[in-house]
Amino acid sequence: MTADLLRVEDLKVAFHLPEGVVEAVRGVSFRVRPGATVALVGESGSGKSVVAQSILRILPAPARIAGGRILLNDPGEAGSVDIAALPAEGPVMRSLRGGRISIIFQEPMTSLSPLHTIGDQVGEAVRLHRGVGRREARAITADMLARVRFPDPARALDTYPFELSGGLRQRAMIAMALVCRPALLIADEPTTALDVTIQARILRLLKDLQGELGMAVLLITHDLGVVANLADEVVVMHRGAVMESGPRDDLFADPRHPYLKALLRAVPRFHMAPGERLVPIRPIPAPPATGRLLDRTGEDRTAQAGDAGPLLAVEGITKRYGTRKAGWFGTAPPSGPPAVDDVSFTIRRGECVGLVGESGCGKTTLLKILMHALAPDAGTVRYTDGGRTVAVPDLEGEALQRFRRTVQFVFQDPFGSLNPRMTVFDIVAEPLVIHRIGDAAERAARVKELMGLVGLDARHLRRYPHSFSGGQRQRIGIARALALRPDLLLLDEPVSALDVSIQAQVLNLLKDLKETLGLTYLFVSHNLAVVDYMADRILVMCRGRIVEAAPRAALFRRPVHPYTRALLAAVPEPDPSRPLTLADAGEGHTSDPATWPAPFTIDDARRPPLVDLGDGHLVRADADAPALREVA
Amino acid sequence: MFGYLTHRILVMIPTLIAISLITFVIIQLPPGDYLTTLVMEMQSRGETIDQGRLAMLRETYGLDRPLAEQYLYWLFGMLRGDFGYSFEYELPVTEVVGDRLWLTAIVSFATILFIWAVSFPIAIYSATHQYSAGDYALTFLGFLGLATPSFLLALVLLYFANVWFGTSIGGLMDPRYVDAPWSLDKVLSVLEHLWIPVIVIGTAGTAAMIRRLRANLLDELHKPYVVTARAKGLSPRRVLWKYPLRMALNPFVSDIGNLLPQIVSGAAIVSVVMSLPTTGPMLLQALRSQDMYLAGSFLMFLAVLTVVGVFLSDLALALLDPRIRLTGGTTR
Repeated sequence: MTADLLRVEDLKVAFHLPEGVVEAVRGVSFRVRPGATVALVGESGSGKSVVAQSILRILPAPARIAGGRILLNDPGEAGSVDIAALPAEGPVMRSLRGGRISIIFQEPMTSLSPLHTIGDQVGEAVRLHRGVGRREARAITADMLARVRFPDPARALDTYPFELSGGLRQRAMIAMALVCRPALLIADEPTTALDVTIQARILRLLKDLQGELGMAVLLITHDLGVVANLADEVVVMHRGAVMESGPRDDLFADPRHPYLKALLRAVPRFHMAPGERLVPIRPIPAPPATGRLLDRTGEDRTAQAGDAGPLLAVEGITKRYGTRKAGWFGTAPPSGPPAVDDVSFTIRRGECVGLVGESGCGKTTLLKILMHALAPDAGTVRYTDGGRTVAVPDLEGEALQRFRRTVQFVFQDPFGSLNPRMTVFDIVAEPLVIHRIGDAAERAARVKELMGLVGLDARHLRRYPHSFSGGQRQRIGIARALALRPDLLLLDEPVSALDVSIQAQVLNLLKDLKETLGLTYLFVSHNLAVVDYMADRILVMCRGRIVEAAPRAALFRRPVHPYTRALLAAVPEPDPSRPLTLADAGEGHTSDPATWPAPFTIDDARRPPLVDLGDGHLVRADADAPALREVA
Repeated sequence: MFGYLTHRILVMIPTLIAISLITFVIIQLPPGDYLTTLVMEMQSRGETIDQGRLAMLRETYGLDRPLAEQYLYWLFGMLRGDFGYSFEYELPVTEVVGDRLWLTAIVSFATILFIWAVSFPIAIYSATHQYSAGDYALTFLGFLGLATPSFLLALVLLYFANVWFGTSIGGLMDPRYVDAPWSLDKVLSVLEHLWIPVIVIGTAGTAAMIRRLRANLLDELHKPYVVTARAKGLSPRRVLWKYPLRMALNPFVSDIGNLLPQIVSGAAIVSVVMSLPTTGPMLLQALRSQDMYLAGSFLMFLAVLTVVGVFLSDLALALLDPRIRLTGGTTR
């Protein structure tokens, strides 16, 4: 038997807070063999990141290691040490940190200093641990940047993190962690903040580099899809303790512990049976069918004969952003590629339309135009309500106020979208106050009912947002959006900031609310599995254009556009028998329309339209090309 | 970067013209002019003034011209370095102000250096040792400095400086040097007197700066990039100096623009108490007697300081922070 590289034995970590002592890690044991990948799985608050911080001894100030041993048996220079017994800032620990053990964090933007160049930040570790000069460090850094497949390593040395894309930033972070050839790499949610296609590449890159450098990886994640693709062994954590551990294939094939079983059932995945529901780990009661909110008599908003057409029709929306740089005063005329380019689609009443695309593809801009928060440069949005059709961008005054009541927005970030200085009651009641609906008693009654609708306790109305978890906050945001009894909800990545275990809960709630209240959704997400679970029809957006639109089943059964195919191929599935297939780990160009093969190419010369393939399946391609029928 | 610089410098011109207009209007706002104030003063002393002489004075000072003409005369005069004529001192403004401007600049500059030198180490200690006994003690001292009226502190310090070191009361130099030409002894005398006004004027600023810098640094200390730096194996001191401290400097640098005029104008009361030969007391007197060119020149001086200060701090920010340098001005 080969010696374990790292053995964690009965580790206990306690946080000494003013409110008392909280045990974050309660006797965790596991081991990492040289060159192997161990995944530490669990939802946020399970203590998995605290374990990682303990191994590096970078715990936050109130946390202390209360017991246990962390044995590092490094075949290299460090030899055999008990990390838990070392002084955290002593020379031995400092030479291990970044030298023999290093870490990649989740958030590549905030984990890099914006004021220092990539070369400086990556090279710093080399100069510190290898004692080499500035010039040599620069050469080693450039070599490492090339290994993480930076397109132009020499130039990248002098760039700042904010000049790079999210994927490149994470590559820089990886280069920084690997530049000293550590024996153990801790990857703390390394791809959670990234788009799927970039995530697939980073995962592939990690796997390649692990082979090249022969290091062990401790992968910390809540994403079972990532685990299935990368890990050799899995350790499942819950509330500071290990629930289950073992080889990956055994655990996925035969999960024993109820917590792991529940976790597997709570994740939206492809190939779900039609009508199958996710099972949340902590279910909330289904919304009660109460009267007052559904009661729309006395308002002229009941569905009429004229509503037979689409609820919302988007026609040729184009939007460019200008830069302030060019002009002396005011903004220069907009230049560069449009953020949204000639987008047209419709949403029928009662439908859930999914909008999929990577960050920066124009999803949010489009949503802002739909809700009259931005004016489009060209095109219009027609909204049909109570038999009347209005052009949204032209609305103002009274008509705009009336439109606002019917379309509401749910934001991605449950922390930033609730004012921390308002009580939950004030937050949920605010739309009613703005639109002068009801008196104080009526508002109170409505808010209580809304809280019941989203499964929150009406007794908590006096609390402030900080005392709620992310999932609860998101439900408060949903309650606020529902306060005006809208017809259309624009959901901008409503679950992407939430834990997997909470995602299922919120997704099910949204599904139930749609049924009970007869809502229409435009559901924006970068997660195809989530969209697959929610949407009836799916639009795929890339670089401001819709490249494919199809009913849900058709899109997944027969994706035509190369971009859609790339997106689908990039989703890691929580199933070891369906590994990601990705040949190239470089910073790819699947989202560059000029590199798409004919008949899909879009460049200066070719601007193909959306072609109807039948059954509402549209794809952006050159209609005359014979090749299209073949691929389709 | 060059385009940004020229842009900023060109924008300063209309700003200063607007300020000069507002300054002029404000000075003209009280009823009457310097001559009516003069007449009233003389009447209250029981003297009379010859109407013919009044008319002559009015004509020589240009007070009978339309306001717009007076304004333009003043504005273009300033461009030529002619700041007008002080009625009260019956001398050109430049001569009246003379050394005072330089002494003011010396006092202000010394005060800024004092504020930085004192607040920086204290703020760093306070932030890195949050809620320790030292932090509490320094915070208490800081609040004390913030709350003590500066003129009171001035009197106390003057007293002890006189008792202990035999420094003469008031002024920026020993009385025997006041009208003497500049010499090494005079400079030493200035230095001997300088520390009291510097401490007095700087105390409140120092306390405020400590609070701000401590808060900035506390915000930065727990950012993920600091953890990254620690995870690289850097020593705590290197981490602190290289990363969070540099980030915490940003709000501090952008403050420089406000600091300059604040110190120059805020020192007026202290200057009166300590009879410092700086510009503050003179501005006060000029405003009271409606000595319009003198007051106007002072106000313009303050305005130029503000505008230049803001420009300099923006420039320093751009040098310090690549995000401003490289993405400045673009909107999304």
